[in-house]
Amino acid sequence: MNPLSIVVRTICDVFAWFMGIFGVYVIIHGHLTPGGGFQGGAIVATMIAFLLVSHGGKKLLAFARPGFYSTIETTGLLLFICAGFFGITTTFFYNFLAGQGGLFGSVVPSGPNSGVINSAGTISLMNMAVGLEVIGGLSLIILYMFKGIRLFEDAEGSGETGHDR
Amino acid sequence: MKKRALFMLAILVVAGTFWGALDRIHPFGDPVRAPMDDYYLDNAQQERSVNNVVTAIVFDYRGFDTLGEAAVLFTAVCSVLALFRKGREGR
Repeated sequence: MNPLSIVVRTICDVFAWFMGIFGVYVIIHGHLTPGGGFQGGAIVATMIAFLLVSHGGKKLLAFARPGFYSTIETTGLLLFICAGFFGITTTFFYNFLAGQGGLFGSVVPSGPNSGVINSAGTISLMNMAVGLEVIGGLSLIILYMFKGIRLFEDAEGSGETGHDR
Repeated sequence: MKKRALFMLAILVVAGTFWGALDRIHPFGDPVRAPMDDYYLDNAQQERSVNNVVTAIVFDYRGFDTLGEAAVLFTAVCSVLALFRKGREGR
């Protein structure tokens, strides 16, 4: 994939930041608003596809290392399993942080309320863990599929087929 | 011609099944058994101190299911990696 024109690249540079921020917002407000780890991670991973289409593969692969995303994905999954195992004194996946004070331990008032960000115990923790895992996983899928396409194109001996330049 | 008749028969059977199901459908918004739903809606806020009951079900009451979903995504990434990795010639 060759890069698109400078107009598209400039607009994508601006909007990629908003996509990343919105995805992280959906992840860390997963216990207050609709959405959560899976949905927010998919939004952040869309940013990678966005940059891949606008900037071309050579430039994206120069700064998006697959090893980095692999580490993020593994960290997220291990954090998720560990958050499940921390409550094993009661049951597996017991919410041991909820309502205890401290980290994510605020008690929410009963009935309709405007939401407390520092609440929900391990639910917030698991949202962030799953968010990390989905960011890493979907970005890795995009990067490796692009690498695979490039592999086949190189094998045929035809160069990269570009969009407009 | 025989194939066409068979196709029409299949359409009639499926449409008849759907029509019969629609005729006997339970009224919307009035579940037959709702104690579980009522329990979640009444107690999720006190038990887990979370406003979003859907998230409480997905990540707490049914957390093991979500662990399986995360494992599915991990397996998908592993299979994509195995499919698209750069292998040696003839392997």
